[in-house]
Amino acid sequence: MNAPVDYLLHLADNAVVLGQRNAEWCGHGPILEEDIALANVSLDHIGQARLLYQLAAARMGGGASEDSLAYFRDETGFRNYTLLELPHHGPLVGYAASDRDYAVTIVRNFFYGALMVLVWDGLTRSADADLAAIAAKSLKEARYHLHHAADWVVRLGDGTDESHARAQAAVDHLFRYTEEFWLPSPAETEAVAAGVGVDVASLRADWNALVDETLAEATLSRPTVRGYVPEGKLGRHSEHLGYLLGEMQGLARAHPGATW
Amino acid sequence: MYTQAMDIPDAATKPAGVSRTPDAQDAAFEARIDADGRIEPQDWMPEAYRKTLVRQISQHAHSEIVGMLPEGNWISRAPSLKRKAILIAKVQDEGGHGLYLYSAAETLGTSRDQMLDALHSGKAKYSSIFNYPTLSWADVGVIGWLVDGAAIMNQIPLCRCSYGPYARAMVRVCKEESFHQRQGYEALLVMMKGSDAQKAMVQDAVNRWWWKCLAMFGPPDADSPHSAQGQRWGIKRISNDELRQKFVDATVPQAEVLGVTLPDPDLKWNEDRQHYDYGQIDWAEFWATVEGDGPCNRERLATRVKAHRDGQWVRDAALAHARKQQERTNKEAA
Repeated sequence: MNAPVDYLLHLADNAVVLGQRNAEWCGHGPILEEDIALANVSLDHIGQARLLYQLAAARMGGGASEDSLAYFRDETGFRNYTLLELPHHGPLVGYAASDRDYAVTIVRNFFYGALMVLVWDGLTRSADADLAAIAAKSLKEARYHLHHAADWVVRLGDGTDESHARAQAAVDHLFRYTEEFWLPSPAETEAVAAGVGVDVASLRADWNALVDETLAEATLSRPTVRGYVPEGKLGRHSEHLGYLLGEMQGLARAHPGATW
Repeated sequence: MYTQAMDIPDAATKPAGVSRTPDAQDAAFEARIDADGRIEPQDWMPEAYRKTLVRQISQHAHSEIVGMLPEGNWISRAPSLKRKAILIAKVQDEGGHGLYLYSAAETLGTSRDQMLDALHSGKAKYSSIFNYPTLSWADVGVIGWLVDGAAIMNQIPLCRCSYGPYARAMVRVCKEESFHQRQGYEALLVMMKGSDAQKAMVQDAVNRWWWKCLAMFGPPDADSPHSAQGQRWGIKRISNDELRQKFVDATVPQAEVLGVTLPDPDLKWNEDRQHYDYGQIDWAEFWATVEGDGPCNRERLATRVKAHRDGQWVRDAALAHARKQQERTNKEAA
């Protein structure tokens, strides 16, 4: 039983976009150990994206490849969560410039990591054997990512007045982007019906428990969320994805057909 | 990635002299050096030896972390996911090299904070090769092939250096560097089989990096004040000019296989010497860059300083949390 291609692309796009974002810290981390850790997390995500794109490309045929999917699709084709494309700073318009804020990086990795340990765990039981194999590998990585991010959420929340304020601001900024996790896309609904996907709504209670436990330890509070629910996984994104893809895809698109 | 340390003193450091105290400790140290033995952190060592090593190892560590920047410049734009993953892994390796070199230097009694302060204040040097810009994707491959290739020439002898922690760190560094060099060369081979635009990109990068790489070995032996002492201590075992010649001899055939031209009209095989002759290196340009007036010195250093300053609140938070944890544990125990 094969998972729908759009479902694979959703998982792959999540991984490539967050991998791209986290690699932005390479050489600029707050301490050498964290520079190395974030590069590692980024590498895991790029690795996951490659496996998922390769699987999607093989099933799509027609000359598709991991790179044609990563580099030659436009913003509206990307199915990643909006959360993952946001820059490493507070809420600003697409063309605003700002310093990176490590709290935003960590809180984002924490929210996504807490989700993905549940998603990958569910997908290890997928009826799509290829996807289940990728999930088994990715689950081990996601556990480490969650562990790393949760440790830092606690350090920042419980650390100094400044780090607490930054961590709380990051939670307040990013929390509403997690609402998108629970709204099933057509691809997710199709995948669940076919026994190859995970019912995201069923993960919500476990995610809440994971998140609440760490936020409590970090002395951080959870904001009330209302209004806008992002729809990145439907291909409707923030102002930020265009810039991210412009940078990521520019060189490859300047040399169409080239092998690197 | 690479150190020129024996040749480039820090701004505030005088060239090291040999301690000649005629006591038993000194004699034991000298005997061990003569026997090609290893000096370990707990062993007595002359102050000049300790200072020279701290300078050389910390410069090497600084070179690794500053060296993350020129290649890091292309991570976000790598033209395929495979190359992106390879590049992230490579830059991450350099961070790892920095980490274990700082640790090796710390065994000599200098903290990482002290070493970083010296870097950030401009007192400590790092390899000048990183003060040049990476202008195209081909630079990533050429840095792997030529810059890492030159670094390996320099570093292999350091695996037998007299100071144990440094020698052991260098064994791992060298393994990873030679992997990087092969990856860089392989990336260039693929590009040279590609479009005209890709080939032109590679040739342009070779043109810009070739002479800078020759200069990486440091000034000619006649002008290199520290080499004799360094060789005596087994810290530097082969002279600048010998290493440079070795590098040229190894690289010319690789360039032929690749199909690029090395930008030196004087480069030719010398039957008598059984080596390649090569042209004049622009030492004025080299020294200007070492002294801080190269194309990217200010950007590189300011970027390191900014990352460190911007990260202060994160490090403070980690320390504050650790302290609070300790207090909570103490309270529970009481």
